[in-house]
Amino acid sequence: MRKRAPLDLTRSVITAIGVTLLAYVCLRAALTVVRGSYSATTYASQLIFGLAQGGIYALVALGYTLVYGILFMINFAHGEIFMGGTYVGYFVIDACARSGLLAQKPGLALILTAITAMATSVTMAVLLERVAYRPLRRAPRLVPLITAIGASLFYQYSFRGLFGTTVKVYPDVSLHVGRIDLISGRYSIGSLTVRPVYFVVFGMAVVLMAGLYILIQRTKLGKAMRAVAEDKDTAALMGIDVDKVIVATFALGAALAGAAGVMYALYNKQVTHTMGFIPGIKAFTAAVLGGIGNIPGAMLGGLVLGVVEATFPTLLGMDVQLKDVLAFGVLVLVLIFRPTGILGEVLSRKRA
Amino acid sequence: MATLEVLDIHSFYGSIEAVKGVSLTVEEGEIVTLIGANGAGKTTTLNTISGIIKPRQGRILLSGQDITPLPPHEIVALGICQAPEGRRIFTRLTVLENLEMGAFLRRDKDGVKRDLEHVFALFPRLAERRHQLGGTLSGGEQQMLAIGRALMARPRILLLDEPSMGLAPLLVREIFRIIREINAQGTTILLVEQNAHMALSIANRAYVLQGGRVVLSGTAQEIRHNPEVRRAYLGEVS
Repeated sequence: MRKRAPLDLTRSVITAIGVTLLAYVCLRAALTVVRGSYSATTYASQLIFGLAQGGIYALVALGYTLVYGILFMINFAHGEIFMGGTYVGYFVIDACARSGLLAQKPGLALILTAITAMATSVTMAVLLERVAYRPLRRAPRLVPLITAIGASLFYQYSFRGLFGTTVKVYPDVSLHVGRIDLISGRYSIGSLTVRPVYFVVFGMAVVLMAGLYILIQRTKLGKAMRAVAEDKDTAALMGIDVDKVIVATFALGAALAGAAGVMYALYNKQVTHTMGFIPGIKAFTAAVLGGIGNIPGAMLGGLVLGVVEATFPTLLGMDVQLKDVLAFGVLVLVLIFRPTGILGEVLSRKRA
Repeated sequence: MATLEVLDIHSFYGSIEAVKGVSLTVEEGEIVTLIGANGAGKTTTLNTISGIIKPRQGRILLSGQDITPLPPHEIVALGICQAPEGRRIFTRLTVLENLEMGAFLRRDKDGVKRDLEHVFALFPRLAERRHQLGGTLSGGEQQMLAIGRALMARPRILLLDEPSMGLAPLLVREIFRIIREINAQGTTILLVEQNAHMALSIANRAYVLQGGRVVLSGTAQEIRHNPEVRRAYLGEVS
């Protein structure tokens, strides 16, 4: 028992710090609410934005978590997969805008853009797996991690070299359903300004996540993915082509990232070769927050992070510019207090 | 021509040469057993046949076709399926999903359905628990699931690695009765066992492995009466 004392001490100090932090956050939030510095509509609009942004984080986080679930590696180039899809999507939607297709048939143009973006992301991810990760599958875990960072820079600078450093801007899209413009519209309900695009993005994210969940649970590929995640050798003994399943996993995560990229660009119009970095790290945070390797965890983590990031700066009376500090503060806190995440299992049990 | 021919294979387990020139044959319809102590190279031999481990030397022929360079999933497609040591069922898949994984390569939906009923008839306890997660089964049920899962591939040759491991004597007898039944229904079996007594009681022929080499082979009858085997593997004091 004596031997464990230092560990227990560290543990209780950490817990004390955690409780203090939490109490401080609650106090500040309560004070802000009681003082009534901000109206309910402020919170409502922040919540709506947070859910949309959270949906994007969740879709990208799924890519991290799917790959981690199967290979136990963090694909740090996943942010660039997101960037690549969005970037190439820009060329399609820009061409659509120039040709007038975007004005005449905005729905078709958006679908074309999304398909191109997803195809680009999938191609980038499959190449990445084949060239950078597969040869290293039996290497120590640090090796593919370093490779991932290298691959990330490779993709960033490839786009920079090919398309330059000027910021590309997604054109405005008007997609009317009845009298409501789903993408570019802004409507006032009382003192609340509503942008339907956030509902569209959140709704799309939910649909895609539901689709992924059904694929993982019900289809033969999904079951094979779960089998490979648990035990590659035995999966191979059952006749499953493990390499193919791994490629499919990368492709699936990338398709979600490509779709998320176009959705993101609908309200965050600027596209650059570095645009994948921050959302990538945020999505990674979301995946860790939910429990890395856990699919519902990534979905939940994404939404929680989006909402926290959108509402907490106001609640805590912080500058909005500090929202990134807040997001990464969450990452650090999760890693200290609950390394397995909200829905995560104990890793040792999972590996056994 | 034998169904399965293993010709002088040398295989490494990590950096250790666990199999140092094993040759064996399995004929259609037989039960052949591979017995030997822990570390004799039995599991490595099976995993080399399944393609999980590639031999440094030697060849493996299935009905005369060289399958040595093929990846594991193609070897399964040709009709060799293994129920691995330690059962290795998918704990986070349901019993039914585990069985579906065994039939992964099959396209004949009706046949798979019939085989599923067949497996449930062999192992009624799996039928009761079909929607439970594999990880919630007892050791004996997991072994039944591992065998059932391999059967779902409808293999020509079923490789069984230590099916009696960690099971109570009554269950061991039950499992061996079912192995004999599976064989009687036409599946050729290569059985790896530490429980030499049980293995020899159902096998047609046997190979004794020691230090990665075959030290003795013959009919199960001959091996059972070999004084050396009786002393070393059947626990008889001479």
